Amino acid sequence: MSSFLFQALNGLSAASGLFFVAAGLSLIFGVTRIVNIAHGSLYMVGTYIAYSFATVVGGMLGFWGGIIATAIIVGIIGAVIEVLLLRRIYRAPELFQLLATFALVLVINDATLWLWGPEDLLGPRAPGLRGAVEVLGRQLPTYDLFLIFIGPAVLIVLHFALARTRFGRLVRAATQDREMVSALGVNQAVLFTAVFALGSFLSGLGGALQVAREPANLAMDLTVIGDAFVVVVVGGMGSITGAYLAAVLIAEVKALCIAIGVVDFGGFSVNFSKMTLVAEFLVMAVVLIARPYGLLGREQGAVRSVAEPEEPIRPATRGLKLAGVTVLAVLIYMPLIAQDSPYVLVLGVDVLIAVLFAASLHFIMGPGGMHSFGHAAYFGLGAYGTALLVKWLAAPMLLGLAAAPLLALLGALLFGWFAVRLSGVYLAMLTLAFAQIVWAAVFQWEGLTGGSNGVVGVWPTAPFDTRETFYLLTLALAVIGVLLLRRFLFAPFGYAMRAGRDSPLRAEAIGIDVKRVHWLAFAIAGAVCGVGGGIFAFAKGSISPETIGVGRSIDGLVMVLLGGIQTLTGPIVGASVYATLQDTIMRQTEFWRAMLGGIILLLVLAFPSGIVGALAKFAPRRKDQP
Amino acid sequence: MSDLSIRSLSKAFGGVRAVNEVSFEVKRGEFLAMIGPNGAGKSTCFNMINGQLAPDSGSIWFEEKNLTGLVPRDIWRLGVGRTFQVTATFGSMTVAENVQMALISHAGETFRLWKPAASRHRERALDLLHQVGMHEAADRPSRELAYGDVKRIELAIALANDPRLLLMDEPTAGMAPRERNDLIALVKRLVVERGISVLFTEHSMDVVFAFADRIIVLARGKLIADGNAKSIRDNPQVREVYFGTGKTFARAGAAT
Ligand SMILES: Nc1ncnc2c1ncn2[C@@H]1O[C@H](COP(=O)(O)OP(=O)(O)O)[C@@H](O)[C@H]1O
Ligand SMILES: [Mg+2]
Repeated sequence: MSSFLFQALNGLSAASGLFFVAAGLSLIFGVTRIVNIAHGSLYMVGTYIAYSFATVVGGMLGFWGGIIATAIIVGIIGAVIEVLLLRRIYRAPELFQLLATFALVLVINDATLWLWGPEDLLGPRAPGLRGAVEVLGRQLPTYDLFLIFIGPAVLIVLHFALARTRFGRLVRAATQDREMVSALGVNQAVLFTAVFALGSFLSGLGGALQVAREPANLAMDLTVIGDAFVVVVVGGMGSITGAYLAAVLIAEVKALCIAIGVVDFGGFSVNFSKMTLVAEFLVMAVVLIARPYGLLGREQGAVRSVAEPEEPIRPATRGLKLAGVTVLAVLIYMPLIAQDSPYVLVLGVDVLIAVLFAASLHFIMGPGGMHSFGHAAYFGLGAYGTALLVKWLAAPMLLGLAAAPLLALLGALLFGWFAVRLSGVYLAMLTLAFAQIVWAAVFQWEGLTGGSNGVVGVWPTAPFDTRETFYLLTLALAVIGVLLLRRFLFAPFGYAMRAGRDSPLRAEAIGIDVKRVHWLAFAIAGAVCGVGGGIFAFAKGSISPETIGVGRSIDGLVMVLLGGIQTLTGPIVGASVYATLQDTIMRQTEFWRAMLGGIILLLVLAFPSGIVGALAKFAPRRKDQP
Repeated sequence: MSDLSIRSLSKAFGGVRAVNEVSFEVKRGEFLAMIGPNGAGKSTCFNMINGQLAPDSGSIWFEEKNLTGLVPRDIWRLGVGRTFQVTATFGSMTVAENVQMALISHAGETFRLWKPAASRHRERALDLLHQVGMHEAADRPSRELAYGDVKRIELAIALANDPRLLLMDEPTAGMAPRERNDLIALVKRLVVERGISVLFTEHSMDVVFAFADRIIVLARGKLIADGNAKSIRDNPQVREVYFGTGKTFARAGAAT
């Protein structure tokens, strides 16, 4: 029993850090309606800066003074980001805002790598709080005790600040009703910058306080933002108290799993301490079923419209069909054409895999209107399904490949069931959290998946063991996948998807079960993406958690946006251009993330309708001219 | 025989009793107007009847079936169509495709994955569009249409499942007086041909008095009158609701 209570205390101290990030995220969202994915990056930067203060300045001042200074510096960084970037995109479609903040994640990550290097950096222990107190017969570090109290303390301060001050009243007014703020005659720009600075301050504080508990490392940004998303979704967007409750709930459930440890069920032993992420998922699932807007959240108003209005879809014109057949013919003859440069076929496989990924993502994002930020989950399930079948059961290649869409389909059915119940940013965050869970499950379940080393030795067998035949197999699967998706979109099902996106009320009022339609769409997209994952495993001969991380989800989003979300050919063009860029230019530099971030920012700020979208807009105008 | 029977229906939003113990019936083939000032609870009534909102108490019966607690799509399948006060067509589809979508759903083909939708029920869709006078716009994107035309499309969509009851929440909102009259005349002609019962709201009293078989009046969530044009015109309570604001019937209509 005492071990349970002890773990519960541990849980409380972990909850504080989680609360700081989530509270900042929630506050910023409440006022500016922007989901700042870079919020985890600010936390990470906080840990790094605090590390530098604690080691360079050192002593009492370096540590404690450093923590305060760090929080302030991160707050200022936040304000600068708001003024330079976010201010330009408050009116942009939601998807673009999410992407822009993700671009920041990439840029900040590379900046951190450049400034502090790739090593993990563990700070010193907290001066003055080095000891431990005896609790329930065990040693609890004093610093953890301090963390247990600092969380609620900040919650109370925030609560009163929001309730009693003029700034707090403005924040609450803006959270509830945007119009009201302009009616009050407040300078909205100043309010937004201030809130962004405050949210960043909290995140920086959370990160800085971790300096004595865990090493600063470059993976923190995405781990933290994944957890923070779960906390905010569970607690309810915009609610500070909800964020604390959710942080405690999730941290406690995780602590409980660790306290239970290994349990024997009649000879079948289950290690609960390896199930923390599954537990987190279950908590979120239960809360979202009972309260779709979180514990203390409120229903959100209508989601802003997706970019520009969309043209009706038309069957391919003769010109497009001809172009398609020509391209296909060239692709089929590619092994002959590129006999002297074998690298072309390797690149070709990469591009085709990217096409499967982007086309399936576009399927739910465009016509379905569901902005998935976690499409890599289904890619990963496909890849691991294939690799594990081949590794553990020595399955033949095609059987392994067949497992890919099946496992991805199952995953998409499970996750999609929850996802279609939400919309807008909630859906984006939930899908991202699911992808993080798949990633972490693969990472934690070492016995089965090989943990961070992944599964190796997944090589294609005859007749697909030559570069040419493997390429042709990939081409065949990609073409089938893309044509199937296209077929579905022109069928009643695809129309029903768009109907549910264009006007859910009207769709329901003419008998369409919108959730079910979108759920099936989610499953179909997952399965097609899974095929891409299966081929990927064979193409590389291995699969590791790294290759199915959140970065892959974002690559997919960039491909879709690059091509233009409103056309069916867009994702194919986007994927081809992007995968080629990635394989050629980006491999040349160590700081490819920052470069990718730069491309995304450029895209968001300069070409909001993508390549094909921009061309399409240009085309009819040309026709009109005499 | 009564087609739709509303019994002691109530709904509150926070402290506002939007609909308060309202009971009325729509007889088979009847053209029933529901009138009342803005905020009287008309849309809330419609939303409860078509299942979009769950009532706090009371029940809704349609052809001896209890609709209370059913979702909109089930109620639609039972033969109740509706148009919306704020128009909502599928903006990424053509006019014909909007109607085809409803026909596809009615035929239970929503989950078909193979045969293209554009060729399904096209004739029937064009026929419906013809009846509302919109066949020439069949292949235009629906979002490009003028407001009054969208209302006609809505009507075509609502007729797609051969409903026996049609709910029309302010079908003429935002139209010029002439247009209003034409649209309601069109609706009346179509429903009489088909024997459809209609419950509709309308602000123009001229239109209501000219076309409705019967009129019910809602004010602050309560049903205050039920009768034919003459009895409503002479009803002191109704006069107070409208004239109490210093407006005539016609001006009260035009102002909202
Ligand atoms: N979703 C809602 N939430 C809160 N109040 C509402 C909601 N819908 C309607 N109301 C209120 O209920 C009352 C009746 O509204 P409504 O049914 O739209 O009236 P009408 O259609 O007759 O103009 C009004 O006071 C309105 O403000
Ligand atoms: Mg109304």
